[in-house]
Amino acid sequence: MSKKNILVSFFVGLVFAVGLGLSGMTQPQKVIGFLDVLGNWDPSLAFVMIGAIGFHAIFYRIIVRQEAPLFTARFMVPDRRDITWRLVAGSALFGIGWGVAGYCPGPGITSMTSLDIRPIVFVAAMIVGMLLFRIMDKKLPD
Amino acid sequence: MPIEWLFALMGGVLIGVSVTAMLWLNGRVTGISGIFNGLLSYKKGDMSWRVAFVIGLVAGGFVVEVIHPGSVGNILDYGWVTAAVAGLLVGFGTVLGSGCTSGHGVCGMSRLSPRSTVATLTFMGFGVVTVYIFRHLIGGNG
Repeated sequence: MSKKNILVSFFVGLVFAVGLGLSGMTQPQKVIGFLDVLGNWDPSLAFVMIGAIGFHAIFYRIIVRQEAPLFTARFMVPDRRDITWRLVAGSALFGIGWGVAGYCPGPGITSMTSLDIRPIVFVAAMIVGMLLFRIMDKKLPD
Repeated sequence: MPIEWLFALMGGVLIGVSVTAMLWLNGRVTGISGIFNGLLSYKKGDMSWRVAFVIGLVAGGFVVEVIHPGSVGNILDYGWVTAAVAGLLVGFGTVLGSGCTSGHGVCGMSRLSPRSTVATLTFMGFGVVTVYIFRHLIGGNG
């Protein structure tokens, strides 16, 4: 990783977080409102996905036709296609956690800036959950 | 179109711009749970860009509060214990399921990855059911 790559990462993180903030993703009340499809649904966050996927889907196609990224040797895009037990079970657990507090990883990290204890505890517990996975990884089926 | 939807769309496009920049310049997918999880085990030459990204995510939280005050805030009525349980589930689940809203939801869906599509439908579905149970059956989080 060169200095350029590190600088890019910083600004990607920064712009991503500004996008999260403007869109309402750093307000769990809006996230819960969006997930409340079976009750009092607030559709506004659907536009986040429309904006993000709409933009990226177009430019993704153009970019991967290039021989290599601008500041590094090759593209590292996941190419697995197998649907596994782990993929589904992991996503299910994540979905439950998301519905409980209204934070997914990005908004959780960005929201620590509000100094509210809850996103800080959320991120700390997220680290514990990730470490817990390492302990159990070998014992879980593929 | 309500102004909230416009902000959501704008924020979404910014997220799209940032993940597009990451791919174009650094050749990488912007999966926040994966980037964050990579920080929890040392791998030479693979740490600094991850650290820079997470610092960017935090810096962006401060920046967006200046641009658009009130962007970051949680008015829901739950405490730190709920946040801790959610964080554990999100941390464990996103590593088991190889991604979260950014990696599967934005990047994966943009390239029509079958794995990411299954993952996104799963975590959205479980999020919806969880919110229904907490908000309408138990009467929990706001």
